[in-house]
Amino acid sequence: MSDPMGFLLWVKGPGLNWALAIFALGMLVRIVEIFMLGRKTNYAEPKGGEWGPGFKTILTRSVADPGTFARAPFNVVVGWIWHIGFLITLLLFIPHIELFRGVLGIAWPGLPNPVVDAVTAITILALVATLVHRLQHPVKKRISTPEDYLVWTVTFLPLLTGYLAYHRLVNPYPLILGLHILSVNLFLVVFPFTKLTHVFTAFIARWYNGAIFGRKGVES
Amino acid sequence: MAARKTLGESLREHGVSRRGFLKFCAATASMMALPPSMGPVIAAALEKARRPSVIWLSFQECTGCTESLTRSHSPTVEDLIFDVISLDYHHTLQVAAGAQAEAAREQAMKENHGEYLLVVDGSLPGPNMNPGYSTIAGISNYEMLKEAVAGAKAIVAVGTCAAFGGLPAAAPNPTGAVSVLDIVKDKPVINVPGCPPVPMVITGVLAQYLVFGKLPELDEYHRPKAFFGQSIHDRCYRRPFYDKGLFAESFDDEGARKGWCLYRLGCKGPSTYNACATMRWNSGTSWPVESGHPCLGCSEPKFWDAGGFYVPLSAPLGSPGSTLLAAGVTGAVVGGVAAALAKKRATTAAAEREPVTVEELEQKL
Repeated sequence: MSDPMGFLLWVKGPGLNWALAIFALGMLVRIVEIFMLGRKTNYAEPKGGEWGPGFKTILTRSVADPGTFARAPFNVVVGWIWHIGFLITLLLFIPHIELFRGVLGIAWPGLPNPVVDAVTAITILALVATLVHRLQHPVKKRISTPEDYLVWTVTFLPLLTGYLAYHRLVNPYPLILGLHILSVNLFLVVFPFTKLTHVFTAFIARWYNGAIFGRKGVES
Repeated sequence: MAARKTLGESLREHGVSRRGFLKFCAATASMMALPPSMGPVIAAALEKARRPSVIWLSFQECTGCTESLTRSHSPTVEDLIFDVISLDYHHTLQVAAGAQAEAAREQAMKENHGEYLLVVDGSLPGPNMNPGYSTIAGISNYEMLKEAVAGAKAIVAVGTCAAFGGLPAAAPNPTGAVSVLDIVKDKPVINVPGCPPVPMVITGVLAQYLVFGKLPELDEYHRPKAFFGQSIHDRCYRRPFYDKGLFAESFDDEGARKGWCLYRLGCKGPSTYNACATMRWNSGTSWPVESGHPCLGCSEPKFWDAGGFYVPLSAPLGSPGSTLLAAGVTGAVVGGVAAALAKKRATTAAAEREPVTVEELEQKL
């Protein structure tokens, strides 16, 4: 493990295995707990369905309402840009698809490398902008906790190291590829214990919201 | 025995023309990434160089490295430069056998003590392993290496086995195989890995040593930067297809026929540093990627244990799918038990709730 190739083989072998184990175990504990605890039984007569409004709200709450946009346009626009950029980079870069094939056994079509490259560059800039905004905004600065900065760091590092690896800006290549995979391992380990869990829970929460309103027969 | 003739004299005896010799020197200069003006300097240095004694030890190896060397398509100057170094001991290539061969080795070591170049191919069982795993004339590889290293000026570890342990050291490494560099700490060691190495790289390293009288600039794996300074990927003629995102997905699809990038078929070119893409094989005819096969990464450490040859570089090692499943199931069970316990606690608390009235409380107070 002391040399670049040994390091690469460790991070993409035992390192990734441990990270995936912690990620899957931690996330399943949380999600199963959330579902099993559920909500109090509602004895009131339902005035509408739960499933339809639940799924509808997953979509509608994903788009900021005009009031939110007017109050915080930067959050909405830059937030959307980097989230979409992150997903494109993660899911549509062909070497990443090969990684998913290796782990999950399924694959899908990818995008040409230059497209993913451009998206990555935009995503990196957008993430840097969010950090600058957080550090300068008088309110955000005060309400930010160490966890916020930790989450920003573990999200940013895979993009940065991936960009450096793709453009082969660090030699030898096994070192930077290893650092890239290590940063992803770190992301996976931190995931279940921080607000990164919103990747799953945000949609569950939106569904619950929609379902509650749907049952009451009102728009959410 | 190291003859006292200079290389120039020896080459003329072998009928190598001045023109042919200068062409070789120019090629050597370009191989070593030196300016063309270095060609005549190399020629002058080689002309005057004494034939150095070379002792070649073969340990746990397959003779592929020697096979590679002998494929240096004669008659070229690469072949001849090997004629004109004094190769005093080489199992495969020497005529002598048995006691005579060993006597030749001992004599060369004695006569050229402190001066000879030691070339090693193959890994060797580690010092704490059973020496019987690999012996020559009843001498363990470890003992023979120690003895030969003592009088060597420099050591060239040829092939991935000598440089990094190679196949014998692959998991579970039954003979406890180690590389030359694992043993030799007090002498200069040049690694020329590859399974096998490009022949011109072997001769190039020796030529550089003859010309400059010193070791070439090495990378952190002790590989000469002149040949191992760039990755296969960076010099690959299929690189534009990678950059465009055009990949062959099987060995017989349209992409393969059109010569697209072999990344998805397991090419290890991005992480492999070697000269195949520029120097090519068999008299510059072709090289693995050009023939349609992904690079195996044979000049890198642990290449046998680095996952399947046909598994893409970005794919994980081991079986992460089952790890994910096992950890997920465990997590679900743990989460389920935790939630059930919490629910039970809530139900018990509700059942055991003892309501008190205000009057009762006031009485207690």
